[in-house]
Amino acid sequence: MLKLKVALGLAATFTAGALATAAQARDLTVVSWGGAYQDAQKKVYFEPFKKAAGILMNDESWDGGIGVLRAKVQGGAATWDVVQVESEELAVGCEEGLFEKIDYAKIGGEATYLPPSVNPCGVGAILYDFVLGYDKDKLKDAPKGWADFFDTKKYPGKRSLRQGPKTTLEIALIADGVAPKDVYKVLAADEGVERAFKKLDTIKNDIVWWKAGAQPPQLLASGEVAMTSVYNGRIDAANKNEKKNFGMVWDGALYTLDSWVILKGSSNKDGAYKFLDFVGKAENQAKLSENIAYGTSNRDAAALLQPAVLKDLPTAPDNMKNAVEINVAFWLENIDRLTERFNKWAAK
Amino acid sequence: MTNAFLTGADAPTDMPLKRRLKRAERARQVEALALVLPLLAFLLFTFLGPIAGMLWRSVDDWEVRQVLPHTVAALADWDGKDLPDEQAYAALADDILAARAAGTIAVAAKRLNYALTGFRTILASTARNLKAAPDPGTAKETLGKINLAWRERAAWAAIKGAGGPMTSFYLLAALDLTRNVDGAIVAAPLDQAIYRDVFARTFIISFGVTALCLILGFPVAYLLATLPPRRSNLLIILVLLPFWTSLLVRTCAWIVLLQSNGVVNHSLRWLGIIDEPLRLIYNRFGVYVAMTHVLLPFMILPLYSSMKAISPAYMRAAASLGAPPVTAFLRIYLPQTLPGIGAGSLLVFILALGYYITPALVGGGADQMISYFIALYTTETANWGLASALGAVLLLATLLLGVVYGKLVHGQQVIGGMKN
Repeated sequence: MLKLKVALGLAATFTAGALATAAQARDLTVVSWGGAYQDAQKKVYFEPFKKAAGILMNDESWDGGIGVLRAKVQGGAATWDVVQVESEELAVGCEEGLFEKIDYAKIGGEATYLPPSVNPCGVGAILYDFVLGYDKDKLKDAPKGWADFFDTKKYPGKRSLRQGPKTTLEIALIADGVAPKDVYKVLAADEGVERAFKKLDTIKNDIVWWKAGAQPPQLLASGEVAMTSVYNGRIDAANKNEKKNFGMVWDGALYTLDSWVILKGSSNKDGAYKFLDFVGKAENQAKLSENIAYGTSNRDAAALLQPAVLKDLPTAPDNMKNAVEINVAFWLENIDRLTERFNKWAAK
Repeated sequence: MTNAFLTGADAPTDMPLKRRLKRAERARQVEALALVLPLLAFLLFTFLGPIAGMLWRSVDDWEVRQVLPHTVAALADWDGKDLPDEQAYAALADDILAARAAGTIAVAAKRLNYALTGFRTILASTARNLKAAPDPGTAKETLGKINLAWRERAAWAAIKGAGGPMTSFYLLAALDLTRNVDGAIVAAPLDQAIYRDVFARTFIISFGVTALCLILGFPVAYLLATLPPRRSNLLIILVLLPFWTSLLVRTCAWIVLLQSNGVVNHSLRWLGIIDEPLRLIYNRFGVYVAMTHVLLPFMILPLYSSMKAISPAYMRAAASLGAPPVTAFLRIYLPQTLPGIGAGSLLVFILALGYYITPALVGGGADQMISYFIALYTTETANWGLASALGAVLLLATLLLGVVYGKLVHGQQVIGGMKN
């Protein structure tokens, strides 16, 4: 029996010890999306912030998913403070109360930011596009848009799209002649969904599905695919850092906005606001765009950039002209149903 | 009778030996229990608890009950044949106003949207447009005006169906079944019925990988068991080497090897065997190759240990009694390796069932296994009910297979060690 008591006592001590450690103060933890993007952030945001504010800060990376955030917040003692989230996660997390309401007075006031990036639960981080990417060295005759993406006669070779219905259905409809601004109107009806899948049928055997944002540039580099949907910044980074000669098509691009949020119950709220204030400043955001071609949220950031940098950003007027914003409300409502539909189609 | 054997200081007071033995036995059991207690507690917290939680989540239906309590209560007696009465409408209006104030509309909207696509919008627009509680007697009219959906039975049936406290909705969905507006269980719409196929695919791939591992692993294990130790040790290190490399690295290595411009296709073209590159990856072939490679050590090691225990004298004895090599192998050697075959196959099969990263990276759209969907619903769409239900079905199917396996093994009385 003595041994039992000792064992129980030890177990209790360990548990108490573990709990005590978890409750101790942590360094401010900022979570972003890894890869070339987080490298750029490290250079222009994280390291300078640590020096300027004198705050200890860690950065981690994640691959998104509202389930992850929910588990973090509802599990208690979340180990993350500031997280960069996609627009859907922002909307759902805000509805579910997973994020602190942003006090804009602490980060320069709402007027500092472009209107679409001001949300009660989060402040805009970057604006970026899904564009058509290709290798200029391999395709001499540059494709003009998604219609060419589906033209396997003119452009032989495989294609790559993001696995799942989101972005895939939009791209199929645009390729089928739907004006980008009408895509979600068409997709709302069952016939629209049918039409998209019918269009996808035409290249079904040539599609390689990608899952992580780092995959499309690799697929292009290895020559596995002739064209792919890809985040515009990754093409830019591959050209800059790996001396690739990739091209992209802005016509019919799908854009979306990522935001910074503070997780509910964060124990580093002061540090978090200092961080958000730092990365909200125009001069800091301009440096980010110079390092990776994403648009930013501060009103004055664009004015600080050279025209050569500006023209490659998603926010450049020419690039915005025929782009469509990914419709958060539509996908929140339909993602489960269309994911099932998509997988049914994929398995056929 | 037993007392006759005891003498001197050991002589009993008047307790029979049997009882004293029992007491000593009990003390030892308690001691043993105390020793494994930390492990038990650990298992309880990290294994049994989560599994119980998962099973519970697959039937738990709390969202609508918590957010729209009065509506659920008002619908308790509704027969579902006509639109519900004024009282239910008034209850709904009250609940929506309260939920908007508490910021919980989204919780119910999410759950109801599973039952009826578009419910998220219906609830959101109603919450936005309902400024105050409607006057008594006008709730039906007011809500019907704000959103036409409230004039349909389907919306009300969805609320009633999701009223909890427990639901078969997720488990039915995991089996491609659903309830129609009258509450009868029917097949899910054809374009959404995917999970039976996915489960079948998961089991087929797992069986295939297990068979491939056995076919490839058996000769290797035999070689390892029969070579002199110095050489076999070196080979064992080669078998173990993959264990020390990350799963992701091994999977990505296959991408490099098998892609259109990869090593394999290049070599085949250089040799003039093919003109066009073969499609070796992003399809089922790639999944089989990569998964077999990753799981092979789990087959080889149990096989090796069972073969190592077989004395070479048996085969010599069989030969000296006149058995040709094939007969000796089939009747003497093979039966003795069955414990290893059983352990290895079970290990590989169960590990394969849960595979997620490998099929995701080297498979095509039609090669995703059930874990992919569980992960999708857990992390991305946060539909934890469906994720849990899929997990529960997988767990049940695996347990059933385990029972069948146990029965088979038990019947043959060969694999003594496995039953324990």
